[in-house]
Amino acid sequence: MSLTARQGAADQARNRTFGPLYSRNARAVISRGMKATMGGHWLVMLSGFFEPVLFLVSMGVGMGAIVGAVEGPDGTPVSYAAYIAPALLAVSAMNGAVYDSTWNVFFKMNFAKLYQGMLYTSLGPLDIALGEIFLALLRGMLYATGFTAVMAMMGLITTPWALLMIPASVLIAFGFASLGMAITSFMKTFQQMDWITFIMLPMFLFSATFYPLTVYPQPIQWLIQAMPLWHGVELLRQISVGMFTAATPLHIGYYLVMTAVGMLFTTVRLRQLFLK
Amino acid sequence: MHNEAILPSTANKAGGQAPGTVITAENLTKTYGDVAAVDGISFSVRAGESFGLLGPNGAGKSTTMKMIGGVTRRTAGNLRIMGLDPDSHGPEVRAHLGVVPQQDNLDEELRVRDNLLVYGRYFGLPLSYLKPKADELLEFAQLTDKAKSKVDALSGGMKRRLTIARSLINEPRILLLDEPTTGLDPQARHILWDRLFRLKEQGVTLVLTTHYMDEAEQLCDRLIVVDKGRIMAEGSPARLIREHSTREVLELRFGSERNTTIAAELDGIGERLEVLPDRVLIYADDGESALEQVASRGLRPLTSLVRRSSLEDVFLRLTGRSLVD
Repeated sequence: MSLTARQGAADQARNRTFGPLYSRNARAVISRGMKATMGGHWLVMLSGFFEPVLFLVSMGVGMGAIVGAVEGPDGTPVSYAAYIAPALLAVSAMNGAVYDSTWNVFFKMNFAKLYQGMLYTSLGPLDIALGEIFLALLRGMLYATGFTAVMAMMGLITTPWALLMIPASVLIAFGFASLGMAITSFMKTFQQMDWITFIMLPMFLFSATFYPLTVYPQPIQWLIQAMPLWHGVELLRQISVGMFTAATPLHIGYYLVMTAVGMLFTTVRLRQLFLK
Repeated sequence: MHNEAILPSTANKAGGQAPGTVITAENLTKTYGDVAAVDGISFSVRAGESFGLLGPNGAGKSTTMKMIGGVTRRTAGNLRIMGLDPDSHGPEVRAHLGVVPQQDNLDEELRVRDNLLVYGRYFGLPLSYLKPKADELLEFAQLTDKAKSKVDALSGGMKRRLTIARSLINEPRILLLDEPTTGLDPQARHILWDRLFRLKEQGVTLVLTTHYMDEAEQLCDRLIVVDKGRIMAEGSPARLIREHSTREVLELRFGSERNTTIAAELDGIGERLEVLPDRVLIYADDGESALEQVASRGLRPLTSLVRRSSLEDVFLRLTGRSLVD
């Protein structure tokens, strides 16, 4: 029994395509994450869900009362809450993914020594990276689903297309999670980790989240359009009203490239970090 | 046990690894920048053997262990674990290894039994195998009544036993133990030694690093003494004592003032004389007769003690008494 099981694992490892980096067992990392979450900090996870909801209520309903209707993505007027809701969803996908792939990973890597234990088994660094990113995405999807439900309850959803915001949020989370993990692998101290917050906060505030991009002079617009969050905000805003333009595949492409680059970097870095 | 089933096929790929040999290191070297942490060491370990790496801090013991596990790549030299190169076949090699790291890295977010189950999943083992195995290992580690406890509620000795239980989840053929009893109280150490001895009886190959000489004498069939990345001596504990020390040691205290001037007056007694700040050691095969010679020269030590030579004497002789930072 035990023997065949172990040889099975070894055979599996022999067929792998990523050398000593990958043994096709990311699911073990995933089930570990699920068990850890169920056993402890699932309450903490809820805070990540409520944050954008609170923003939506305070800004959308509160500010919305004095702002009134604004011009929607397709030119027709929409309520201010309906305008910012998709943007907040993009922000929450970013926040969830970045938190899971940066602070969480940083802690497990440097303090809990969790990955060191894992790497003394048949697991390779890529199993760990894929598993952790999958967990971040799962969390992002749960947030997105919950937030979309809140939007529906507030009467902000007017088309079935809006359901596509959920998979789109997962794509956004994927981009941020893979890049976030790559960046975290360079971090040595808590002070360096603070830089992540330092970049994310302005990105949240200025990526056309609360008002259209056109308020900025052209050079600033270019800068913001180069940043990832703007593409997420625009993508979800378009989906929320079911209006697709030539820019839609561009936004999606931005995240596909970001994901690929992030995964590549993460793998290279993990090799350097763990297979010294 | 199950060892024979895999051994022949893997040994064939060894490229010269003798049958029954599970670890072969030739000229194994690891450098970090200009510093050689491991500087060309060669050794081999037979199946079922209990093999020790002794050395002061920074001698290169842990680095050697990491290279065996394939989590640190060697700079030069040859290394085969059951016929496989751990650098290129890390996951396969580790499938047959159990690792007890220097510092416990148990999963604090999981409960005691889950630590075993989840760790087993990392090897790709099915739950139908893992569940009874986890219970068996909890029994072995004397932790059955702690199965549902949180890890941080365990004592140091319990955590160590859980780490060892965890390392056995894949029925490893080689168990790597990096300073297994450092930081434990005597009771916990003795329980641990007992468990390790049972594993050895079951045919598990043990490779352990330690700087506790009594531990090495208790557990190791054979050991190497390493210092500054090089092998200083190799052999069984008894043989090392025979080769590098005398049968007995006479320890004399004359008080710290007298201590420094006494060496000349003791000259010629025993095979070797060592003056320490607080006492004088005379290495002799017959400690009692050495003590008689001391008395016949009219010298009156404050205290005297005749004891058997230990591995510690060998160790200090080979690696020096100065502090290693």
